[in-house]
This record gives sequence, C-alpha cells and structure tokens, in this order.
Amino acid sequence: MTRETLVPVAFRVNGAPYQLELPARRLLSDAIRHDLRLTGTHVGCEHGVCGACTVLVDGRPVRSCLVFAVSLEGADITTVEGCCDEDGGMGPVQQAFQDCHGLQCGFCTPGFITTITAYLDENPDPTADEAREAISGNLCRCTGYQNIVAAVQRAAELRASTGLGSGPGSTGGAGA
Amino acid sequence: MKPSPFTYHRPGTIDEAVEMLGVLGVAGKVLAGGQSLVPLMSMRLAAPEHLVDINHVAGLDRVEVDERTVRIGATVRHRDVELHEGVHAAVPLIRQALVHVAHPTVRNRGTTVGSLVHADPAAEMPAVLVLLDGAVELRSTRGSRSVPAAEFFVGPMESSTAADELAVAATFVRPPHGSGTAFHELARRHGDYAMCGVGAVVTTDADHAVTAARAALISVGAGPVLVDLAGAVTGSGGGFKESAVRDLVDAHIDPEDDIHATAQYRRHLAHVLTTRVLDEAYAAAVSARRGEGVVS
Repeated sequence: MTRETLVPVAFRVNGAPYQLELPARRLLSDAIRHDLRLTGTHVGCEHGVCGACTVLVDGRPVRSCLVFAVSLEGADITTVEGCCDEDGGMGPVQQAFQDCHGLQCGFCTPGFITTITAYLDENPDPTADEAREAISGNLCRCTGYQNIVAAVQRAAELRASTGLGSGPGSTGGAGA
Repeated sequence: MKPSPFTYHRPGTIDEAVEMLGVLGVAGKVLAGGQSLVPLMSMRLAAPEHLVDINHVAGLDRVEVDERTVRIGATVRHRDVELHEGVHAAVPLIRQALVHVAHPTVRNRGTTVGSLVHADPAAEMPAVLVLLDGAVELRSTRGSRSVPAAEFFVGPMESSTAADELAVAATFVRPPHGSGTAFHELARRHGDYAMCGVGAVVTTDADHAVTAARAALISVGAGPVLVDLAGAVTGSGGGFKESAVRDLVDAHIDPEDDIHATAQYRRHLAHVLTTRVLDEAYAAAVSARRGEGVVS
C-alpha cells in the first residue's frame, strides 16, 4: 500500500499555533485527538448526529467529525481544553456542570461545554426553553437533560457574576 | 467511519477552481461546508477521487440584497444567511425555512448553495428556491449559465450541475408587494429530516384579496413539489377552501412509505401543513399591507 500524500495546514488551537502535515481525509476530530493529543474532544457517532465532538471554529460551534482538518487553514479553533478560566481552572460552564450535576458518564460533556460556551456569548441570559433549544443538537444518554438545562442557566449566572463579558467562544478565540 | 483517501485541491480563485473541475471531470467533487458530503464519505457512500475545496476561494462569501433579488454566494454559511437582517427584511421566508435546517451547529458550517446542489428531497432550501423563482449560477471553463429552480432539481439527490461546473451563487427573487410567507415542517426529532415540510407565498391586493398563492412541499416527492393554490381561494378572496387545498396538494405529491412515516401519514401532514402555512402567509400579507401606511 502506498503512503497517502500529506497536505500542509496551519491553524490555531486554544490560542497555540500548529503547523501540520496531514492526510487530506483526516477529520478534524481525529487531528485534534491523534495528532495534537488533545483527547478532551470525544468522538461519538462520527457522522454529525450526537454532537460530542463539537468544537468552536472562529468562535462558532462546529461538528469536528464533519470537517476535514486540511480545510481549516488559518482558522482559530477552541476545544473543551480551551473553555477553562484564565488560570487553567474550570470555566463558568464547566463549574455550572459540576454545581448542577450536569454530567454522569461525561462522554457527551465536551460537546455540551463548547456548544454552551459559544451560546452564552450570543444569549447571555437564556430562559429554560431557550437553554433547551440551545442544547438540542447534543445527545446525552445518561442525564435526561434536566440538569444540563439547569447548568446552562447556572453558567449564565456565573458569567454575569464574574463579569465575564466574553469567553473563549467569542470571535478571536482564547489567547488570540 | 473514515473517508477513503482522496486528493485535495485548495484553489484561491473561481477561475482556478473551474479549471481544476474541468480537468478532473467526474473524478472531482466540490467541497463547500461538507455537512452532507463528509458523512456520506465517512459512511463510504461517496468516495470521490479528488476534492476541490472552495472554502478559500475569494469572492464566494458574499450576500447581496437589491431591489429585486437576494443573491447568496457559494461559501456563505446557512447561519450567516439566517442571521442576515437585510435578507430577512427582503425575504422573510428564507429565515423561516433556515431555522428548520438541522441544528445551529450544522448551519454554522453548511452552505445554502451546497444544500441546493445536494438536492435532497427532504431539504428545505430547494423548496424556497422553487417558491421564490430562484436560480443557481453555474460556472465552468465552457462558460456561465443560470439555471432556473424549475429546471435545477432533476431528481432525488440530483441537480443539473455538471461534473465540471461550480455553483457560484443562488439568487432568490423577492416576492411581489403585498405578499406574506410561512414555513412549517414536522420531524420525528428536533433538527432531523422532515417527514413533511411546506413553505408558502401568498400575495394580496389592496383590498386584502388573494391574487396569488403557491406552496412548495418537501419529503413528499422526488424533489421540492410546487403547487399553485390560486384555485383554492374562496369567492371573497379572503382565505382558502380546505377541501380545495387538499385536492390540489393530492394531485401533485407522491409520498412514499419509509421507516419514519407511512405515505398516508405524510399525505395527511401535507394537507394540514399546507393549510397552516397558507393561513399564516395570508395573515402576514394582510398585516404587511396594514403596516405599510405607517411604515412607508
């Protein structure tokens, strides 16, 4: 079997620049986990249904299993590892998940954290219905979602109380 | 669940892109948002030898709104169209339909033009293109052509885009003065493919009588199904006869049984949803007419 041709690509992940040479077919989810060894991003269904692999591309949630890494030349990517606070402690969304018991097995959590981080930039004070709508593209097989909806609203409270005008989800990305 | 190997091309201009597509022919495939193509490749239902990535092509990311049309470039994301206030003011139907396209996370990457070229019979935007007498602009080394919506959708998952052609933009025609629009659909799960969906444009005169009414239905035929419902307007022009709507819809649709719904149930949904969007579009048209004394 001949070796696949490698394609050069450069992008930033959680503020750090990377220059990689990847097979064209490498999904962003695999590039993040295998090539960058950032294993916080989880891969569930691998065809865009479950939302576990959601990362932020230029501040917006995107399914990393539905994008080829080589297509993201120049992009600013934020994974769950980039959703922490400035000292590396838990960010408001992560803290809210702990406060509200918003996770059980934790497999889906990285996708929720990234999705909610970006959503709260867009809507800093969601109602319970809006919170439910915001997470409707992410599947969780453990919790029954009640505590995740509560965590969205708790994260909004935490952000407001700490005066976090914008998190890593805002355009430009963490450390950009 | 990994795509098979392919050769990747990243052109920077439209000319370069069409040049590549011209050379590659049927071996080449355009990659825009990839929200339909990548899962198809991961499931090995598609295995193109070459992908021409147009995400870095200059000039394809524009949204233009003028007196007559809304023009959307090939790399404009669904989400950008949805949030574009100028587009919404010109053609509310576009946002009304786009909120039903998958989830925001998919709309952040998926493109409106890509969805048209993909021509899924369950997709919303083909119905909008048909309803608004839109067209898709195609470019190749052989030249440019604009294909009207009525000729663009050839069959399920098949548009009239040739292998060497690049869809550079889609144009939607703004509905006439005194029009209202609506879009509704029903899916088993939020954000999933619709079992049936319907969009409508209803146009009224100064006396609030209906002068034109059309609906486009999805998931009940090989492509978007356009139905002229002028024949279902009541004598006074102030609404629609439900039985006439049902008969006209029935004469055009051809729903099939599948795992999600029976043909009979889809037919029922087509009746209910068409009546609902017509009533809503009519109400919107009337309120637009009422509001214009104040606004304009």
